Amino acid sequence: MPGLEDLYREIILDHYRSPRNRGELPPPAAHAVGHNPLCGDEIDVYLQVDDGVVTDIKVGGQGCSISQSSASMMSQAVKGKPVDEVRALVKRFKGMMSIDEDAGERDETAEPGAALGDLEALQGVVKFPVRIKCATLAWNTLVQALEESNA
Amino acid sequence: MTLDVASIRAEFPIFERVIDGEPIVYLDSANTSQKPRAVIDAMSRFMETGYGPINRSAYRLAAEATDAYEGARTKVRRFINASSDAEIVFTKNATESLNLVARTWAKANLSAGDVVVLTHMEHHANIVPWHMLAAEQGIELRWVPLTDDGQLDLTDLAATLDGAKVFAFTAMSNVLGTITPVRELCAAAHAAGALALVDGCQYVPHNVTDVCGWDADFMAFSSHKMCGPSGIGVLWGREELLDAMPPFLGGGNMIADVRLDGFTTAELPAKFEAGTPPIVEAIGLGAAIDFLDGLGMAEIRRHEMQVADYALRTLGDRFGDDITIHGPTNVEVRGATFSFAFRDIHPHDLSQVLDQRNVCVRAGHHCAKPLMRILGAPATARASFYLYNDERDVDVLADALDSATDIFGF
Repeated sequence: MPGLEDLYREIILDHYRSPRNRGELPPPAAHAVGHNPLCGDEIDVYLQVDDGVVTDIKVGGQGCSISQSSASMMSQAVKGKPVDEVRALVKRFKGMMSIDEDAGERDETAEPGAALGDLEALQGVVKFPVRIKCATLAWNTLVQALEESNA
Repeated sequence: MTLDVASIRAEFPIFERVIDGEPIVYLDSANTSQKPRAVIDAMSRFMETGYGPINRSAYRLAAEATDAYEGARTKVRRFINASSDAEIVFTKNATESLNLVARTWAKANLSAGDVVVLTHMEHHANIVPWHMLAAEQGIELRWVPLTDDGQLDLTDLAATLDGAKVFAFTAMSNVLGTITPVRELCAAAHAAGALALVDGCQYVPHNVTDVCGWDADFMAFSSHKMCGPSGIGVLWGREELLDAMPPFLGGGNMIADVRLDGFTTAELPAKFEAGTPPIVEAIGLGAAIDFLDGLGMAEIRRHEMQVADYALRTLGDRFGDDITIHGPTNVEVRGATFSFAFRDIHPHDLSQVLDQRNVCVRAGHHCAKPLMRILGAPATARASFYLYNDERDVDVLADALDSATDIFGF
């Protein structure tokens, strides 16, 4: 089994301890709720989109270190970005979370503009397949929120 | 006499397996139990030498298979002290057994405004079928609440049951480990004119079960939590109730006659066993019952009370306020199933760290989300012990919890 240090990288624990962009946004911000029925985790994503740009994002809910840190890093990565860049980032991230290693490579070349930055720290999650759903929960909820905002 | 856990473990091939050079510490038997060699061999032997259809062919092999299948039914009947084999219905699992009652007896006998009473510690399998019936037929659900230490709060039971048609409750909580006063609850149901439906899923594998002594009306349980295979469960019901109920699934085996203009149902229990049943699994369940009876259910219960007592003391002594164990502290009214919170570490993370030490625990909502909301915990970690676990497993769990502190100690 791969070591836990692959999973619980310091930057992940830092985002878990001190989550960024916690809170809520009032309407008309879009709001989506994601559930992981396996473990009961819930994530709220509030998204303010103005003229095709994610001008603000807040994250609520509760969950494990992986789902919470992924949500925190995601909120940092998408804030201030145009919606099409956000969608490219979602694609890159989900590519990285694919157990099919080739898929990640393909997406990397397909979306060269979407840098993952800190999010690369979550790469180790792929070695623990049951945790992939924890890491992708916030991202799936973000996609719902984007749809909600008709962006 | 106490259980010889070392020799019991030797009966379970899974414990020969090592992961990363270490043995498996299996603390998830409330989820599903491991299987002894006797069960594995009985199923293999039956498929190798005795397999055939049941109830429908005249040749000797088929007659033998039918006898073996019905023999398993007799073992189940004795194991739970039911009155007759006709009262033992084989299903897919306990969930199907509970749904069978909701879909047949309750659908035929309940109408808008009729009351079904449940408890706050029920598994989804004893909640959702009633929600479905509420949506379809407008029945009303009432709930028996819990005390602070996770037992049923029976203060207002008579008022809650007043006018109820069914009281459906677990005999042992899969989250809290609480053992409920089944006989008393059945009597209270009957005093109110309600039927008593017992979810025995967690109770039956660990205790002496006596449906006649309880004076219950229905009981559901699963094979896979009691050393038997997955794929088969049991519904026990009083014969006159089963007799009067409409059938559940339609098909072969459950009919006496089929005409162009209708059908008549078979006698019990075939009436509720449409299609080819889990034949091999029934053989396995029979072997599991022989295995458990060989050890003695009273001995198993006594052993688990010792382990539960040791676990409560050890975890309490070693971790103090860093651990919160849900449910009763008195082992007389609890089994060896412990849901707990540890140092604000999310159960999913905890389970991951424990897995590094081959300690298998469940993390999540345990299919009891209403109860989790009452506990104020969206998820817990749960360690559940069985006849192949002993005090050493408690120590390994405690050591593994220490290593979780190393990572999340902030």
